Order: sequence, then C-alpha cells, then structure tokens
Amino acid sequence: MKVRRIFKICVILISLVSFLSACQQKNIFKEALTFSPDYFKDRQLQTRVFESIDEKNLLTASAAVLQDLGYTIDETDVRSGVIVCSRDRDVTVTAEVVLSVALEILSILVGNPTSVPYDKTQKVLASLVTTPVNNQKTAVRITFQYMVWDSDGNIRRREQLNEPEIYQEFFSKLSKSIFLVAHEI
Amino acid sequence: MRKHATTLFILIVILAFAACAGRQKNILETNEPQVKLRSMQSRVFDITDHNQLLRIIIATFQDLGFVIDDAEESLGTVSGTKLSGYALRMTVSIRPRGTHQMIVRSSLQYNLQTIEDPETYQYFFSTLSKALFLEAQPID
Repeated sequence: MKVRRIFKICVILISLVSFLSACQQKNIFKEALTFSPDYFKDRQLQTRVFESIDEKNLLTASAAVLQDLGYTIDETDVRSGVIVCSRDRDVTVTAEVVLSVALEILSILVGNPTSVPYDKTQKVLASLVTTPVNNQKTAVRITFQYMVWDSDGNIRRREQLNEPEIYQEFFSKLSKSIFLVAHEI
Repeated sequence: MRKHATTLFILIVILAFAACAGRQKNILETNEPQVKLRSMQSRVFDITDHNQLLRIIIATFQDLGFVIDDAEESLGTVSGTKLSGYALRMTVSIRPRGTHQMIVRSSLQYNLQTIEDPETYQYFFSTLSKALFLEAQPID
C-alpha cells in the first residue's frame, strides 16, 4: 500500500516537472523568435550608414577590418551582402588556474577529489551584413556572439555581445578602412 | 565461470552493435511524417523578388539576435545561431511557387533537439510577416 502511494507521488512529480520544463521551453522559443522591445535600439547600435560607397567596396573594406582584428573569414556571399567570421582566443587567467589547482588539492586532502575547471578558450562569432539604402548610401550591420569553454572542454557561457563600445570601436575602424580602400592603401 | 564470461562477452558485442545501429538510424530519423513536417515549417508569401526576400530574412535574423552562420543567395538559404545561455540554430530556405509567390521554409534546432512543434514555427512566421508587411499563408 505504502509502495503504491510512493509510486503515485513519483508519477505526479515527474509529470509536473516535465510540464513545467515544456512551458519554460515554449517561453524561450517565443522570446527567441519574436521581436524584443529593444530590437530597434540594438539595430541602431549595430548599424551604420556610409555615403558615397557601393556595396561591394563596403564589403571589401569590412573584410579588411575583420582581418585587421584577427578574425578568420568563414563564409562570404556578395549577392546577399554577408560576411561570416570568427576568432578563437586563449582566455586563461593565471589567478583562476592557481585557485583551481588549490581547490583541487584541498578536495584531495578532504578525501573527495573533484575537478575545478577554469575558463580556457573563447570563440567570438560575428556576421556582417550590407544593405544598399539608395544609389548613394549603403548600410552595414554587424552582430557579435561569444562562447567560452572551460579546461574540461565544457561550454561555460554563450551570449550575445551588446556593449556599445565594441560596436563604436568597430565602426570607427571601418571608417578608416573605407578611407584606405578608397585610396587603394 | 568460463560459460558466464562467454555469455557476458556475447552480450557486450550485441550491445555494441545495437548502439552502433542506433546511432546510424538517428541520422535520418524524425518524429513527424515528412509532409506534416514540411507543412508546419513552410509558409507562402506574395512576393517575387528572390534577392529582396532573402535580404529581409537576413535582416530579421539579425533583429532577432541571431548571428548569420551561412548565406547563399543563388540557392536561397540562410542559417544562423542565437546564443543566449542556449543555442538555437535556424535554417531558412526560399523557393518560387508559380510566378507570383515564394515558399519560405524554416527549420529549428534547440541545443541538441530538433523542433517539431507547429507553434514555435508560427512565432517565427508571424515575426517575418511583420518584417515583410505581408501575410504568411499556410502551404496547401
């Protein structure tokens, strides 16, 4: 009798947990696939319009800046104005490694050896898209995301980069690059 | 003792083969029938300009916070990923339907899971409708 009751409670709990996780997933999809209240602000942050440059030259200047910044061009499609690129970096911080080793030694001393991973590699992904506005103007929009793996090879973070300084710096470098391309430097 | 060891060995070999066959079966496996899947993932729009449609889809990807992974205008495909603690990957393909319409098809993958829920695709198509200022019609 008691076993049956426990079984019933388990079934109810499992159903409740799966129902809640399904609801949570639906909310994630709704949030991910509909315009957020900030989408127009993000678009303004990530976009600049350049005058007196055609789409092809703007793509050339953009590819040059991305190369200056150490990015590898992964894909390009001139007919839709797209450049896809990425950059891998070692983000190991000595203090974090020392702390990790100290905690591992401590865990061995208390008889419960545990691995304490630290941030190791980062991959930044960026896509740049150009759009002709009219005969004189072309718009360019860039978006950045990054992923961080720890020393055990597990993903620790994967987020969009929305710091205004990053975009301002990129567009300032792009303005210089447009000047250099225009002067064939 | 030796008999038990042989039985155990045979069992391990059978399990290894079963696991291998399972992995290979996964490659082409879906939960929904092909026609039903296409229908939930596709909508028809009254637009004829292939390049304009693809560019608006790319802009919608960016407005939704996706980073473009790949775009191919001649084939009419765009793929992108949204990272926000999770990884949501989407591929959108376009193709003409008759002379006045285009079919847009989207497929989604959330982390390691393929999305086969009609409501999720509806979210994307209503967003795309707003971006296009056009109504998304279901495919017949």
